[in-house]
Amino acid sequence: MADYDPVSVSPLDPANLEAFGVAARAAFDAATDLESLAAARTAHAGDRAPISLARSEIGALPPQARKDAGQRINAVLADIKAALAARSEALEAERDSLVLLAETVDVTLPWGRTPPGARHPLTMIQERVADVFIAMGYEVAEGPEVETEWHNFDSLNLHPDHPARSMQDTIYLDPPERGVLLRTQTSPMQMRSLLSRPLPVYVVGPGRVFRDDAIDATHSPVFHQVEGLAVDEGITMAHLRGTLDHFAQAMFGPELRTRMRPSYFPFTEPSAEVDLLCFGCKGEGCRICSGEGWIEWGGCGMVHPNVLRAAGIDADRYSGFAFGMGLERTLMFRHGIKDIRHFYEGDVRFALPFGSEL
Amino acid sequence: MRVPLSWLREYAAIDAPAEEIAAALIRAGLEVEQVDRVGGDVQGVVIGEVLGIEELTEFKKPIRFCQVSVGGEPRGIVCGASNFAVGDRVPVALPGSVLPGDFVITARSTYGHISDGMICSARELGLGDDHTGIMILPPDAPLGADVVDYLGMADEVLDIAVTPDRGYCLSVRGVAREAATAFGVPFRDPAAVDIPAAAQPGYDVVIDDPQRCTRFVARIVRGIDPGAPSPQWLQRRLVLAGMRPISLAVDITNYVLLDVGQPLHAYDLAKLTGPIVVRRAAAGEKIRTLDGNERTVDADDLLITDGSGPIGIAGIMGGATTEVDAGTRDVLIESAHFEQRGISRTAARHRLPSEASKRFERGVDTDLQAAAAERAVRLLVELGGGTADDAATDVTHAGVTDSIILAVDAVSRVGGRPYDAATVRRRLEEVGAQVAGNEKLTVIPPGWRPDLTSPIDLIEEVLRLEGYDSIPSRLPTAPAGRGLTRDQRLRRRLGRAIADAGYVEVSSYPFMSPDDLDALQLEAGDVRRNALALANPVSEHDSHLRTTLLPALLAALARNVGRGQSNVGLYEIGAAYLPGDKRPAAPRTSAASRPTDEQLAALQAALPEQPLRLAAAVTGEREPGGHWGPGRQADWSDVVQLARTICRSVGAAEPVFRAAAMAPYHPGRCAVIDIGGVAVGYAGELHPRAVAALGVPARTCALEIDLAPVFAAAVDVVPAPELSVYPGASIDVALVVDGVVPAADVEAALRQGAGPLLESITLFDVYRGAQVGSSQLSLAYSLRLRAPDRTLTDEDVRMAREAALAAALDATGASLRALPT
Repeated sequence: MADYDPVSVSPLDPANLEAFGVAARAAFDAATDLESLAAARTAHAGDRAPISLARSEIGALPPQARKDAGQRINAVLADIKAALAARSEALEAERDSLVLLAETVDVTLPWGRTPPGARHPLTMIQERVADVFIAMGYEVAEGPEVETEWHNFDSLNLHPDHPARSMQDTIYLDPPERGVLLRTQTSPMQMRSLLSRPLPVYVVGPGRVFRDDAIDATHSPVFHQVEGLAVDEGITMAHLRGTLDHFAQAMFGPELRTRMRPSYFPFTEPSAEVDLLCFGCKGEGCRICSGEGWIEWGGCGMVHPNVLRAAGIDADRYSGFAFGMGLERTLMFRHGIKDIRHFYEGDVRFALPFGSEL
Repeated sequence: MRVPLSWLREYAAIDAPAEEIAAALIRAGLEVEQVDRVGGDVQGVVIGEVLGIEELTEFKKPIRFCQVSVGGEPRGIVCGASNFAVGDRVPVALPGSVLPGDFVITARSTYGHISDGMICSARELGLGDDHTGIMILPPDAPLGADVVDYLGMADEVLDIAVTPDRGYCLSVRGVAREAATAFGVPFRDPAAVDIPAAAQPGYDVVIDDPQRCTRFVARIVRGIDPGAPSPQWLQRRLVLAGMRPISLAVDITNYVLLDVGQPLHAYDLAKLTGPIVVRRAAAGEKIRTLDGNERTVDADDLLITDGSGPIGIAGIMGGATTEVDAGTRDVLIESAHFEQRGISRTAARHRLPSEASKRFERGVDTDLQAAAAERAVRLLVELGGGTADDAATDVTHAGVTDSIILAVDAVSRVGGRPYDAATVRRRLEEVGAQVAGNEKLTVIPPGWRPDLTSPIDLIEEVLRLEGYDSIPSRLPTAPAGRGLTRDQRLRRRLGRAIADAGYVEVSSYPFMSPDDLDALQLEAGDVRRNALALANPVSEHDSHLRTTLLPALLAALARNVGRGQSNVGLYEIGAAYLPGDKRPAAPRTSAASRPTDEQLAALQAALPEQPLRLAAAVTGEREPGGHWGPGRQADWSDVVQLARTICRSVGAAEPVFRAAAMAPYHPGRCAVIDIGGVAVGYAGELHPRAVAALGVPARTCALEIDLAPVFAAAVDVVPAPELSVYPGASIDVALVVDGVVPAADVEAALRQGAGPLLESITLFDVYRGAQVGSSQLSLAYSLRLRAPDRTLTDEDVRMAREAALAAALDATGASLRALPT
């Protein structure tokens, strides 16, 4: 150290360097917004800032001293940059919170620019029923609404003079002698399925049916049913019962079951009415079921051998079951719909709430 | 069938309360709709004797002030009837007593006297319709006794809806048999009567049609007191069963009908001339029936005739000329058996369902005729004071009931659980059948079960009597299914897309009337006027099957508007019914075996086309206004756009739209929807005249489209798109065209001209005004170009642009719009 001539370079004086750092920090802290911070940055960390000017003096030092001075300057510069960054971050956060606050909106404002739509509850229950049976391996059958007497009656073991034909007030096309009518039941789909599909047949067929009935709160000349049919080797009434139980549980909940009461339908034998354990009270008796504990749900039975024969099926080898339920009835119970006319009037207030149902 | 329990209990001694009996019958397959409690609403009415009558004449109608004893001090009662005399025993409602309808009797002042009670008619006691006078009780009716107890008025009546297979349950006998089986008590058969052997042949009867009339029993009772009334118990039973007492002879035939289920007819013997002949009617023959109507009978109708001509429509209703009347002393009772189907046809033909026809068409016991006649004869003798002829007629052509072979294991195969031979046998015997054999049973059904003709009929009997609740619950194993069909899947996709687009689905009755088509402004020759008429429509307005979904849909729209909804978008998916050219009638085809393919085709050919359609209608704001700004009124573009949505939802190619004139649309605002060169539907704003006639808001827009071609155009397998990663280029062109040139044509030309580099084209401005000619408009398009394999050069872009412009000029006369300088 002693063999060089120290030149006094005041900007590189440690005390001075220290002072630059202090002044810079003070100026940064004093800046109240990002603009004044930018000015302070130029003044204390810019090209013309004292610390920058001091750096350019390093060349004036004897070589031995340069390293030492450089280290000192870098240390101070790092301090200044850190202080600048910290202050900048603080001021940016402050500014952001002010701007976002100013941009606040009222998210509770109503906003209905796109009108809602909805599918009809009858459409949705038809799909729902179909899905329950598709999951069991069934397929969805279809058939025409304007149907022949043969498909609707004769082939279903209802000969022309059968008293059961008057049980269902049939709407005929004019003239009635042409033998063409509006199907009174979804059962002609049974015959169409048996005639057109290879055995075994497992199908479900929802659809619109017609009766010459007066319109009131619980009756409509146009309504919907779902038909189920299974024809296979070894089908028994136990299979019918199991299928109805499964169907009921899929539609109404796992604790529901069905009850069969002997009845009469020409196209099934044995025949039964199907009652559903009331889902309101689970059999206790309530307003939904008029205190009965059970709700009439539909009809069912073992496919009559004459129906199998009309389709050319060996009734000694094959047996089957069939059932049919009213869909409006099912929906009315399920949702507490009080007037069947709501289904057909097309009032948007009726269908809209069902629009989002599964 | 209404069955008083007091009556039923005579044949099956069951102590259980009515509800238990009803529940047991329901389990056995009888539809007991309700249990009526009768007589329980009458309290405190006692038997009194009329001691004195004072006629009061100063009033508008005759009034009597009577002295009546009910066992103690006589009391004064005012009465408006005059059919009774001093000494008669009558029902007296004392003050405090209650009549049906919670009608409480009090002592009151009337016609200048205090009336200390009321003398009652049958109707006032709830015992039927007879209000012609006071109910006169037998002279031995005990004074002061309770009328309810004395008349056995308190009863419970089962109201049963009898299914067509169970004709035997249209009798107390049949229901009692079921009840006896259900409760395991002995059954006493009211038809088990000893029938004295006829001393000689009776009235001459000839059966001309032994197929339709298998048996005819005729019995005669002479010297009946024409004034003898039906006794109270008999009238009471008829009333409880829902019939009106008429006269002793008629009441007795009705009573036996209700009791054992055999329809009987009573003729006034004096009015019969010559032998009774049962024969088919001659065409055009006429008969006046008991209801007073003259009827022209059909050659298929079966008649009862005598020397005078028709005296009854067999099994349906008797004739007026031989009717028993107030002077009848000698009666001939007919107890016959008629074939089911013939009766069913005749009853339907004459719209004449009677108590008799209801039973014959379901099948009457083939062995019952002589016993039923005997019961009627005994009652006429006992109650009418008549004398029975010892001659009797019994003409029979009845065949032998076929026996049925039933393999016992078949019962288990249907029921899904084991049924042993002893059980099967016992149950069939309870039904009334004769059973022989062990594992293979030979079964002869009883005469009252004509519905039992095949093994499955017998199996049903065993299963229902053993109880359906004993059948286990098991799921069958279906083979693997294929899920929904393509069309079924597309229908679901479509419905969801339309609903998501803001339309609400409706489900209308698929009917219409010709008036609806007038409202749509359809021309006389419009194909939609070719509609199928219904023979028996549910209402005048629903006279035809719809050929278009629009009338009902627009009616629903108007209904919504009427109920206060101003913005409504509706859609419906359903069939239209198109007769097309004249179709053949459906052939009468046997159902005994599978029809041939030709027969099935002939059946199918009788049916109209029933194409699936979608219709939509929209009015009001399609995009509602609000605090965010004004809304947008629905217009023609919404329904045209909906047609695009429909096609897009199923993955069909974009349809082509062309201007069209088609009712019910505005001729300048209607587009035909074209898929693959076929017009599949129309969309547009309604014609103002249609708007007015339909009562829908102005500017209502609608659409109707056939779905089969849409579904046919749906893509099954979507080819993967080529995704170019090279930069594209956009160019804008403004074209001036004549105002009548459809924008679709311009776009098509640009597309075609731009060639394979064209990625997309957007019409971003339509301008009409000073900068173009008065009959012209400017269409500004943005074309986006991109190559799959390279970055486009300026030359690529220039050439595509020029080719596009050239094509547009060539196809539509479009010229590049000069930009303002």
